[in-house]
Amino acid sequence: MSVLQNEIRPKKRISNLQKKETLAALGFISPWIIGFIVFTFGPMIASLYLSLTEYDILRPPLYVGLDNYAQLLKDPKIAKSLYNSFFYAILHVPLATIVALAMAVVLNNVPRRAAGFFRTAFYLPSITPSVAIGTLWLWLLNPRIGLINRGLEFIGINGPNWIADPNWVKPGIVLMSLWSVGGTIIIYLAALREVPKELYEASRIDGASNWKQFTKITLPMISGSIFFTLIVNTIGSLQIFSEVYTMYFGQMNASTGTDSALFFVIYLFRQAFEFLNMGYASAMAWVLFVIVMVLTVIQMAFSKRWVYYEGE
Amino acid sequence: MNIESGKTVIPTTFWNKIYNNNTKSIASKTIYILVLLFVTALFILPFLWLISASLKIRSEVFNFEWIPDPVAWINYAKVWEAVPLLTWAKNSVLVGFLAAIAVVVSCSLVAFGFSYFRFPGRDFLFGLVLGTMMLPGAVTLIPVYMVWDKLGQINSLTPLWAQNLFGSAFYIFLMRQFFLSLPRELFEAARVDGASYLQMWYKIALPLTQTAMIVVFIFEFKASWAELQKSLIYLQNNMLFTLPRGLKAILDRFGQGGEMQWEIVLAASVIVTIPMVILFFMGQRYFMEGISTTGRKG
Repeated sequence: MSVLQNEIRPKKRISNLQKKETLAALGFISPWIIGFIVFTFGPMIASLYLSLTEYDILRPPLYVGLDNYAQLLKDPKIAKSLYNSFFYAILHVPLATIVALAMAVVLNNVPRRAAGFFRTAFYLPSITPSVAIGTLWLWLLNPRIGLINRGLEFIGINGPNWIADPNWVKPGIVLMSLWSVGGTIIIYLAALREVPKELYEASRIDGASNWKQFTKITLPMISGSIFFTLIVNTIGSLQIFSEVYTMYFGQMNASTGTDSALFFVIYLFRQAFEFLNMGYASAMAWVLFVIVMVLTVIQMAFSKRWVYYEGE
Repeated sequence: MNIESGKTVIPTTFWNKIYNNNTKSIASKTIYILVLLFVTALFILPFLWLISASLKIRSEVFNFEWIPDPVAWINYAKVWEAVPLLTWAKNSVLVGFLAAIAVVVSCSLVAFGFSYFRFPGRDFLFGLVLGTMMLPGAVTLIPVYMVWDKLGQINSLTPLWAQNLFGSAFYIFLMRQFFLSLPRELFEAARVDGASYLQMWYKIALPLTQTAMIVVFIFEFKASWAELQKSLIYLQNNMLFTLPRGLKAILDRFGQGGEMQWEIVLAASVIVTIPMVILFFMGQRYFMEGISTTGRKG
């Protein structure tokens, strides 16, 4: 990186070269600039405006002021879907972090050749298309015939009705999400392999226990990666859609678990494209945007207390 | 940058590590291995069960035998007969290729622009690129739909990939990481030889970042292969469906609340998943490299 920045040039040529370089650079990044305007910034503004209108695609948007936002407060399904999404995120993010970290630590102790096999095993669920995951888990979670309750039965536990009991639908979805932590495991594994071994040797001479080494060396050294996955997983978990939509929504709509699996983005999608309440859905989208921003800012503010960056 | 540089960190051997550390007895060593195998089984068994169930005849789909008897290969033929599988697969492959190629070319251009040049506002613009990663897709969902509607592209495959022509924040970030690792002297030398900026990009930068391009291609192909939301929004015609959209239709028709022909649903799930398993085994190294780079700070 520094190679690119610490270069010294003769002063006089800078302005000419600078102009030429700026133009060339803008040329190179122009696809992104165009895309940003057409597919990101423009739509953001449009969506903000639409959130103040009643709009069903067929007729032009009708300005209604803050009506949609007032409606949000009264809609019991908004409260329900927000609750569902937070419930999921609060369970998923810490559990995924802990599970992935535990597995990464275990894998890090396995010799390299065998590690490849285990790594593949843990990563396979992550390459499975989400619709297939949803379909498969609809089966795994089936209270009578599913693999999970049969497994529980095997150890003498009477498993719950994962796909119909409102109390168990979301834990079932969390279970499904933990099956796909492979990506996070690999990120942690890569981070673990970069922790200098000397640190462990030095601390061992000082008589540190394994647990102490883990909390005082391993965790601080990989805290950057943990922070990264926390942010990404939080944002992602609040937007979970495909697997759950596959399992509980769509044409059939017969499942009784529907309301307890109604996550915020799923409700938004239904409002927009099934009920054609585009203005209302836009207001929902901005609520989600604000929530994600606030959570990210909070996480970043707290990160200064516990994330260690090398070279600081 | 270099993943292999972590080599020395790996404990000498598995057995040594377990034996010399606080886990001293053979018993605890065994427990460690059993736990590892148990957890691995948890991850693998659902797949084996899926494949097994997809090969059972209907009356036995619900039983708990691991080996199907008789083996009902006919389930796969039933999927073939029930839905236009080949058309869906063609659509998926087409969209996947276009999405991946578009994103590789555009992101490589943009990332080069952000890594080689210095220009006023660069850091601000790059910050904006990174910032868009945090923007929930739901915010732009409806206006983007309106854009494609205006362009007459509803019920067309175009919206599923064409946005990739304009780059994608995550891959721009990823490719920039690779570009930044190239020594600047290479480019300066080419410029002395009279190469244009565009030539510097495709003659020097591209050949040296093949790994990055393959990583991005594979990631995007995989993402495109699994994509459901856009295909729900933009595709109404059965013959335009991609495989995930088709699988959802199969599940709705033959699964829960439908005709309860689960063997068809499960066989279709296997069909949709297998190409990704093959892709993964072919490009495993690139998957690992890509994910590892992702978790590292820039």
